[in-house]
Amino acid sequence: MMQNAATALNPQDPAELSGEVAQLIVTALNLEMTAEEIALDAPLYGEGLGLDSIDILEVALVVSKRYGFSLRADNDDNVSIFTSLRSLCDHIQANRTS
Amino acid sequence: MTQLALLAHKDLDAPIAYRRGRPISVRRFLADARALAQALPTTDHVINACADRYRFAVGFAACLISGRISLLPPSHMASLLEQLQAFAADAVVLADTKHRDLRLPIFPFPNLGEAIAADKDAHIEIPEIPAEQLATWVFTSGSTGRPQAHRKHWGLLRKNVANEARALGFTREDPVTLVGTVPPQHMYGFESTLLLAWLSGGSFDASRPFYPADIAETLTQCPANSMLVTTPFHLEKLLEANLRLPKIGSLLCATAPLSAGLARRAEAAFRAPLFEIYGSTETGQLATRRTSRKTAWTLFPEVRLQARDGQIWAEGGHVEGAVPLGDLVEQLDECRFRLKGRNTDRVNIAGKRTSLAWLNQQLLALPGVKDGCFYVPEQTEQTGESSVIRLTAFVVAPGLSAEHLMAALRQRIEPLFLPRPLILLDDLPRNAVGKLLRVECEALLAQHERDRDKGHGRLP
Repeated sequence: MMQNAATALNPQDPAELSGEVAQLIVTALNLEMTAEEIALDAPLYGEGLGLDSIDILEVALVVSKRYGFSLRADNDDNVSIFTSLRSLCDHIQANRTS
Repeated sequence: MTQLALLAHKDLDAPIAYRRGRPISVRRFLADARALAQALPTTDHVINACADRYRFAVGFAACLISGRISLLPPSHMASLLEQLQAFAADAVVLADTKHRDLRLPIFPFPNLGEAIAADKDAHIEIPEIPAEQLATWVFTSGSTGRPQAHRKHWGLLRKNVANEARALGFTREDPVTLVGTVPPQHMYGFESTLLLAWLSGGSFDASRPFYPADIAETLTQCPANSMLVTTPFHLEKLLEANLRLPKIGSLLCATAPLSAGLARRAEAAFRAPLFEIYGSTETGQLATRRTSRKTAWTLFPEVRLQARDGQIWAEGGHVEGAVPLGDLVEQLDECRFRLKGRNTDRVNIAGKRTSLAWLNQQLLALPGVKDGCFYVPEQTEQTGESSVIRLTAFVVAPGLSAEHLMAALRQRIEPLFLPRPLILLDDLPRNAVGKLLRVECEALLAQHERDRDKGHGRLP
């Protein structure tokens, strides 16, 4: 329900959102790579892009400001939202207010 | 043999922990610890990898009352946990999360809730533990490549934390609820969330809130006299999030230097005093200060600093033997000092420590690396006073890519210490005596950033 409502409020092409979020990550963390180089399903945390919990907190702040909602752990694992760029975008799409 | 109580609580029905705002009593906790002590396999060593603070505490207490020794790993990386087996071959991992790749025997934290009903009227004694009992080995990443073990006896741990409770003004009449953003396996989190609750008659929250909104909510659910136990980095991000924060009892900060400015902002936001702790895994906690008001640190009672052999040593009180400090200090009088910077070889990133010499050794040991050097960049205005510094590595490795070298380094060093960036060069501009000067390093780094920004189209 909530996801549908949010999508209706903010119609956005998923590819456009993932490109925008990838760019937020690259800028916030001053990464060496370009936004296009972040694969949609590659792990963000640990292996893959190799972000650590400090990075996650940095990105969480930027995401909160850009999309108008506070990130919350959705279960006991604090960082499961950051499993991949896709999981982060799904979470943003379901919760965004701006 | 001196016997010392596990807990300072007098009332068995008092809370010792909270989970989502609901109290867990001392009675329940002791019943859980006893049940777990009986369920654990018959080994002398338990690697306590529980992520939930309550389960960690039950595991630690179960080991203490059954004479087992807890091993506290510096991180949950499988490779690091496996190295602890070399230290204690009989060790099992007590875990409440999945560890798929781990090649060690795992004892999953059992569901104790249904097995036992803590009898409301049964009289339970608070267990007494011999002061001489070896309670735990706390591991740090170490500067030698192997995790370094630090031995902690129950009596001295207890003395240290009892002094901490006194320094922070805790009393049994007004118990404090501790909310930690730090893991219980790290010495600071272990002492200042778990032991501090045990030995002051207070309580702790079972969670380890991470996102600012989760920290704010956890504090809101706790009793009013709560203390947020955190780090400068986490504190800064929490304030940056601009959330409505509840008035709390106090704040505690450690692991990296905190600026007076950030301390004052935090005190205003939470309408509560902030205390900072100075210490290390080797020494335990040594000193405290109210950062918004004082630059000088006050030593815990009986702890003394001595200058000897060109180093400053901590001794007395709870310190086992004499332990050298990693920082340069200026002694003001017998019980007060100022920090004057740290030993240049030491690296501290978000509370994890290692040495540049060890990192360089890891880099140079990679096949195909001809020369290389880690570098701690100057902190610039952009990065802000409490941001986390990232290391740079300059590497000469003909024919190898940065990605390949990063993957190889990831096998050897903790993620926090991985270089950002790793810069490939044809050779390093070492001077006549083979040293790489800071000014050269800064120039190389600046050049690299210009090249990258050009490549990304951020600069004309």
